[in-house]
Amino acid sequence: MSSTIEAAVRVETKRQPLPPRERLEQVFDVQDLTAIYGSKAALKDVSMEVYKNLVTAVIGPSGCGKSTFIRCLNRMNDLVPSFRQTGTIRYHGQDIGARDVDPVAVRRTIGMVFQRPNPFPKSIYDNVAWGLKVLGMKDDLSERVERALTQAALWDEVRDRLKASALGLSGGQQQRLCIARAIAVEPDVVLMDEPASALDPIATQKIEQLLHELKQEYTFVIVTHNMQQAARVADMTAFFSISRGEEGERWGELIEYDETEKIFTAPSDKRTEDYVTGRFG
Amino acid sequence: MTSLDVSADAARRPFSGRRGRLGDLLLQGAAGIAALGALVLVGLIAWKVIQGARLSISTFGLSFVWNTTWDQVHNVFGAGAFLYGTAVTSFGALILATPIALGIAIFLTELAPRWVRGPVTALVETLAAIPSVVIGLWGILVLGPALRDHVNPVLHSVLGFIPLFGPPGTYGSNVFTAIVVLTIMILPIIASISRELFLSVPAELKEGALGLGTTRWEMIRGVVFPYSRGGVAAAVILGFGRAIGEAIAVAQVIGAFTGISINLFHPGNTAGGQIALNAQGASSGLETSSLIYLALILLVFSIVVNLLAQFIVRRSARRLWTAT
Amino acid sequence: MSAADLNLLQRPNDRLRRRRLVNLGMEVLAWLAAAIAVAILGIVVWSVAKKGAGALNLDLFTKSQANASLFGGPVRQGLANAFVGTLIVVGLATLMALPFGILIAIYVNEFAPRAIKSLVGLTLDVLAGVPAIVIGIFVFSLIVVAHGQSAYAGGFALAVIMLPFVARATIEVLALVPNSLREAALGVGAPRWRVTLGVVLPQTIGGVLTGATLAVARVAGETAPLLYTCSLVAQGTHWNPSQPLQTIPVAIFELSESASTDDQALAWAGALVLILFILFASLGARWLATRSRRKMLGAVR
Repeated sequence: MSSTIEAAVRVETKRQPLPPRERLEQVFDVQDLTAIYGSKAALKDVSMEVYKNLVTAVIGPSGCGKSTFIRCLNRMNDLVPSFRQTGTIRYHGQDIGARDVDPVAVRRTIGMVFQRPNPFPKSIYDNVAWGLKVLGMKDDLSERVERALTQAALWDEVRDRLKASALGLSGGQQQRLCIARAIAVEPDVVLMDEPASALDPIATQKIEQLLHELKQEYTFVIVTHNMQQAARVADMTAFFSISRGEEGERWGELIEYDETEKIFTAPSDKRTEDYVTGRFG
Repeated sequence: MTSLDVSADAARRPFSGRRGRLGDLLLQGAAGIAALGALVLVGLIAWKVIQGARLSISTFGLSFVWNTTWDQVHNVFGAGAFLYGTAVTSFGALILATPIALGIAIFLTELAPRWVRGPVTALVETLAAIPSVVIGLWGILVLGPALRDHVNPVLHSVLGFIPLFGPPGTYGSNVFTAIVVLTIMILPIIASISRELFLSVPAELKEGALGLGTTRWEMIRGVVFPYSRGGVAAAVILGFGRAIGEAIAVAQVIGAFTGISINLFHPGNTAGGQIALNAQGASSGLETSSLIYLALILLVFSIVVNLLAQFIVRRSARRLWTAT
Repeated sequence: MSAADLNLLQRPNDRLRRRRLVNLGMEVLAWLAAAIAVAILGIVVWSVAKKGAGALNLDLFTKSQANASLFGGPVRQGLANAFVGTLIVVGLATLMALPFGILIAIYVNEFAPRAIKSLVGLTLDVLAGVPAIVIGIFVFSLIVVAHGQSAYAGGFALAVIMLPFVARATIEVLALVPNSLREAALGVGAPRWRVTLGVVLPQTIGGVLTGATLAVARVAGETAPLLYTCSLVAQGTHWNPSQPLQTIPVAIFELSESASTDDQALAWAGALVLILFILFASLGARWLATRSRRKMLGAVR
């Protein structure tokens, strides 16, 4: 096994071992999820649970459907016209794909941070405040904005230029602003699609630190192509990979899902072992 | 990209020599003269229009702008009534056209099913291609009577307390018909520019807003509109410029009345309309010169409007991408 | 968030319901706006088609208008003189605008330093923004005052309107020609002018023709520039460009004001033919554009 991962895992073993799974509160219960774009399946038969107040990482090679997977969790894939899905995703027991469920309400409690920072072309203050205003959380607006920025470890850096354009911030700051924006509306879950892949190592480190602090309040599901990152921040890790069919079709599948330490030190599946030891992917 | 270093080549080339250089000079000369000609043309337009208007300018001076008589008998002419008509019809058209055009643009970029977008876009652009004289023909013979019989009385009975919507009268040709016609004509410009602007809003920005749990309209209002604010303003201004310059369709449907009437259902006239309607020979040199004076006013306005639109586009592009 | 809030997914509260209603309302309005545009186009085209088709006959193309409504006698005849006149005037305009526009484009794209490039670009934009009626007045002041109306004057007025379109379209196509082509030709030792005229320009013929066709489609329907330059026409069908000739748009303009239904029928017929011409010209231009684009992409190696 790669020594850097060993080191990472060792560093993180100062984290508490997780209680047995039956005692963990489930946030998501995904059953037999199959995601299809047009006529091609991107994911097949994914079944896993996501637990409260943990950081769950989704890793795997390019094209294995990681982004597709988390975008299913907040129904962002609805925005793609050719998308269909089968299987169920239960959020605290409720099927989020049910007909009477409004995706707008889903996205309110299950927020998202994207791969490239995408702050609105507004001021720093307005970036956070806009969502609050639209969603009707206007009371104590300034306090809410300050709290969100503080939680995202950005407050000290921007407190005296809140009215400046958000586009003037560095990439790392912009991403933290996007995190602040997402948590300001008090979601239950925050999905992150490779949040640090466009950032430099220092900015990345700041964000990983945020995850440690914030998971007490929120549940995180983070897609990452960086195994070391997963080893550093995640409590549970799900490994996806690409399966091939007889006629050359490819789709993503969940190979193994377990506590991070186990995935990286003693994986059950050979494909997992090949990936985490760098033999492929 | 264009200034390639030809001199170094010349040293190497064994056979181009004098003839090549002459040819180069001729082409560059001719092309340069043509480009210069374009500049000269604009200047010439300004000069010749001013020259034609000189008689009227020296006779009436600036009071021409607000004087509302156009009297061939006493040789007194003023643009007031027509400038009022131009203002009323153009602003009226703008007020009607802008929300509809924005609605069309939103429809085409956010709401329409994929297979509908292409055809509807083509249809909107076809509307722009219809010549103004044809719209005017339709306006006189179809739209005017229809409005007179079915719309104007209703508007008067509902909104009659506003002096704008006074008694409808028996004419199909009036200011209101002209406003509707102009609306139809400037709709495609504003709609197609807005559509391109909305298309250029990055998808990630829109996803960022939707990811917070906002409805599509909230996302449009909070992200798409602010992002394209400058461009839409420019589009509206360009539409306005088109409206003030339109002479033919307006001349056909507005009723050729010289005077100011608040009532939209009363005939009126615009600067462009007055110029167009008197083409078949003015009564005197002074009247002709006054018509050209009208054209001069239109020229000035259209250039100002054009430059304003360009300035807004440039300024909004700069603002978007730098820290303020 | 408390556990109770999580049930937000299934019990929409009042606020969410209101926001959804607003969203729906706005979507309906947008659909309505699009429907209005399509309806207007449909109504106009249908009116022209229905009323124009009724008046389409051979006379339309073979007989000319007579001022018959003034003197009694046979009233509705045809627009032959207007068709001929339009062909001549638009033809003259194209002959004037096309070389001029191409030369401007060559200068801007092949020779001009950047500052001049934007100046000329600005000039073309300003030119394009001048109202057609003012262009008519300009030509009136320039030519007609001294020499009277003529098809030449009308053609020149239309040419001024065509110029920005032709120039801009040609600039765009020239810019698409890859530099490697120019450099290759120059490297062989050919002089600049040969390269431009013999290598670069031929690549752009399709695009230039497209631009020209679209410009023609645009000015074929222009009335305002002709009113002061080419509208006081004599009866009968004439060909002499130094006289004012009747044109379709001006004919429609005059006929539309007439109370006589025969005149109006003639106007509808003229409008129908005009719209059909513009439609075919635009479609033709689009076909040319796709064809030339395919050729250009094939030529780039």
